[in-house]
Parts: sequence; C-alpha cells; structure tokens
Amino acid sequence: MRPIEVEICLGTTCFVMGASALQNLQLPESLRAKVKISYVRCLHLCKNMDKFRKAPYARIDGEVIDEAAPEKIIQNITQKIKDIAHATN
Amino acid sequence: MRQIEIQKLKREILVYLIKAFYSADFAEQVRLIPYDMRPKGSAVPFRCCIHKERAVLRSRTLAGLGLAIEDDNERTELSIYAAQSLQRTKNAEHPLTVLGSACQGCAESFIHITDLCQNCVAKSCINSCKFGAITATRGRAVINNAQCKKCCLCIKACPYQAIVKTIVPCENACPTGAIAKDTNGLARIDTAKCIACGHCLVVCPFGAIHNKSQLIDVLKKIKTRQKVIALIAPALLGQMPCTAGQLHSALQKIGFAQVYEVAQGAETTARVEAKDLRQRLQKGLAFMTTSCCAAYNELARKHLPEIKPFVSDTKTPLAYTAAIARRANPEAVNVFISPCLAKYPEVNQDSNVDHILTFEEIGALLVALNIEPAELPEENFAHVSAREARGFPLSGGVAKSVLAAWDGAPQEVTPAFINGLNKASLAELRAYAKQGRCARGNLLEIMCCLGGCANGPAVLNTEKAATAQIEKYASEAESLQSLR
Repeated sequence: MRPIEVEICLGTTCFVMGASALQNLQLPESLRAKVKISYVRCLHLCKNMDKFRKAPYARIDGEVIDEAAPEKIIQNITQKIKDIAHATN
Repeated sequence: MRQIEIQKLKREILVYLIKAFYSADFAEQVRLIPYDMRPKGSAVPFRCCIHKERAVLRSRTLAGLGLAIEDDNERTELSIYAAQSLQRTKNAEHPLTVLGSACQGCAESFIHITDLCQNCVAKSCINSCKFGAITATRGRAVINNAQCKKCCLCIKACPYQAIVKTIVPCENACPTGAIAKDTNGLARIDTAKCIACGHCLVVCPFGAIHNKSQLIDVLKKIKTRQKVIALIAPALLGQMPCTAGQLHSALQKIGFAQVYEVAQGAETTARVEAKDLRQRLQKGLAFMTTSCCAAYNELARKHLPEIKPFVSDTKTPLAYTAAIARRANPEAVNVFISPCLAKYPEVNQDSNVDHILTFEEIGALLVALNIEPAELPEENFAHVSAREARGFPLSGGVAKSVLAAWDGAPQEVTPAFINGLNKASLAELRAYAKQGRCARGNLLEIMCCLGGCANGPAVLNTEKAATAQIEKYASEAESLQSLR
C-alpha cells in the first residue's frame, strides 16, 4: 500500500501560530510505517484576510487541514487508512 | 511544554495590532480588534459569551499597546488608548501585567480531601493535623479550610493518597514568591520582589499574564524613518526555520536599518569573564558566578545580596554589543530582540539600548507583513561571530565560552551549572553564598530558564528544535580559541 502523505507547512504564519510544535511529530507506532511526513515551505493557504488565524495548516493526501495539531492530524490519518481498507475490501 | 492555544491567541492579537498600525486609521482599527477577532455570530471558544470574549480580547490588546491592564478604567475606548500609546516617550518600568478577568477562573490553592477517602480506622490524617482542621464527618474525613495552614502533613500521612493540594500555577512557578492571589482571587505581582523571569507567564493556563509590548514605540520610529538598529540575542538564530543570513534579510524587510548579533558582545563577555575568574581565583575566592542572565542579576539585586561578591563584574553581551552599535551610529535607535522579559529592566538601565522586542513580537511582525524568511536571499553580518558566542544561549554555553577564552590550564576551571531557577535551586544558591564556596565547581553558570535563553518565556520555537538549530549554527563558526 502506498503511504499516506502528510505535508506540514513551516511557512512563517504556520510556524509562528503553532507548527513549531509539529516539527518532531510523533505518530503512534501502528501508523508510522503507513505514513510519510514531509515539512514544506509556505503552502500559501494563509495569505488572504484573516486566514492566518486558521494556521497552522497541513495537507494529508491532498486534503487541507487547518488548525493542525497532533491529535487532529493523527485522527485524519487513521480515518484515511480505514477508508482505504474499506475501499479495497 | 508550552501552551499553544494561549501563545496563538496572544500572537494573533499582536498581528492584528501591527496590521492596524500600518492601516490608514490606527486608532479605529485597534478599537475594532475584539470585533474583528470575534465578529457577530462567531463561535465562542473560551468564555461564557461573545461579549466576555471581546472584553478579554480588549484587555489583552492593552498589553499589546504596552499598557498596564491593571490601570484600565474600563470606560476608555481602545482607540483612545491606541492614540495615547503613540504619544508616549518613556518605556514602562516593569514588563509584566495581569489580566484580572482571565485570572479569576483559577481557584486559590487549598488542601482537598477527595472521594478516595476510605474512612479508615487509622485516621492518620486527623492524627497528623496539628491545627485540628480535619474531622470525621458522615463517614469520611472533612477538612475545614479556615483552620488549615496548608502544612501538607495530612497528604503525607494518608495511606490512600486521597488528599491533594491544588496549586496555583503562577504561584507555583514563581521562584521568588512575587506573585500571589489576593483576597479577591486575583493574582498580583509584587514588583519589589519580581525578577521578571517570566515563568508565571509561561505556565498560566488562562494566559492572564502579558508583557507590555514596545511594538508600537519601535514601529513608530521605523515609520518616521529614524535609523532603527536590531541587536539580536543569539537565541534568535534558533527561532525560525531559515538560515542566519535569511533572518538578517527578514529583519531588514521589517524595517531595521542594520542588524548586530549580540553574539559579538558575547565574545567580549567570555574574554572579560575568563580574566575576572583568573583574578578572583588568584585572590583566593572559591567560586564565581556568571553575570549574563538578566533574571539572575535581578535576583541577586532583590533577593540574594549576599551572593553579589561572587557575581562576575563582567557586562552582559547586550551591553557590549549596544556600546559598539552606539559608537558606530550615535543617532540611531537601538532595539534589543529578546527571548527574555528580565531584559526589560536591563534595557531601561542601559542608555545604549532604547527598546526591547520579544521573539514573539518579531514572529507577529513577520506574519503581519507577509515575510517568508526562508524565501529571502542571504545577508551576511558585518561581524562573524565565534562558535562559543553563538552557543551562549544554551545551558552550558556560557561556561564553554569562558573555558575557550581561558589562557591557563583547562583543568583549573571546574564549571558547574544552575540550569533553571526554581525554589530549590534558589535555596542552593543561597547556601553557596552563605558558605562562601560552591562544592560543585569554581565557575557557576546560572541560567534562570531550563535549557537556557533558547527556552526563554518569549520564544517561538520548541526548545529541542531551537537547540539543534543553534548548535548547528555554532558548529559552522571558528572557535573563540583560534580567534584569540
């Protein structure tokens, strides 16, 4: 199975608004082999109006996650893995 | 572990404030901050209703304007306060201010007998209490808080661990007993005792403690085209995911005409401190403490005068750097970029430094002005700082620098460390001062923040990531030893 791709934005806004704490994101043992985490420069999701308030942003298999926190990211990954398993059954 | 939600909230307000500053109508835009952050019909994330949310945000904005929240009469519009803050010419004396309405949510410290009480036959708690505060009532132990002196003997006595002491996080974190809840349940800072270490600000789960920002004062000077110089603390080089050169460019984009690394002055601090140590040891003194931690200097002044004979006379890296900057540009405005709040009083006392901005405030500026340091070109510093000077903000870094500047045999210096000031390490320091010796070594490096300045109260990055980044930056430079 291809790994779930997690991109975490380390652009200025995301970093200042909390992505600094996502730099060493520890996934549960069961997920580690199924996920590929990469840290990326600004995803340009924060630049309009008040959008900076929804930072930090992450992208999981193309889906944009706002107010990204470890729990939220893990939840989303877990759901995606379930969905994939369901689709292949 | 930092409390992300609170940091985010405080930084959001700063971003709005900076955007307001660069808008066509500063005062009016400031007045609107609570409404922009909680517009009509928006969710109420923290408080009972949207009105209280806005009221609390209004108070937080005052701190962003550099005002004491305690002095607010609650009748004056934010727009008036904003206009007033543009007029001021003096910096506040004390850096911290407490937001009362946020503080009220937190209960006073007391001893609580929980439901785990088994109503045992031994009655250890009742027997342990010297004040008769505990009685057995309706099948369990009950404590009378009016009689309780919080000695905690009952907690130790209970075989079921059924008794707990609730703590007030700010009181618990304060090493000097400078913050306490008053009879109204509001935390008050006793400025005579406060050393501005900022530990209370970091731990408060309601985010009730703010620093009085000098953002407006600095931005005003940048906007009126005065030459404003940034003196960046070495810890800043571990704060953003970019190179030192890119950070330099980013600061220029903010509007700083020139940027000095305070690591430059740290080289002098290391050399002078090594000489100072040599002279003291020759005179027969048993130990010397470092002198660059601002909170420690405040501590020595306010609480530990007996340690003063053991504190190095060496000036801080900031003092040396600011003197260099002032000599080169006597007309310019010098702004220290700081991870630390204890530097506020130092800045006020040093005529070569005009203002202080925190790393968080620099972070908010980068967000508000859409600056991406990692996408900017490298801009070199005029002075290339030495390896050990770059490592100054990490626990152990100052001692390493002194060792690198030491001209005798290295084994003559035995470094020891106070890594993080708390009630226990304060007692330890007091004992060394009283005995006139320190069993752990003859060079005692003192850093009030655990891990060093890289983990100060106003930083952006996590300690781990910041430390790694600073270590990498340090490793790229020549040693002070080879530069000697």
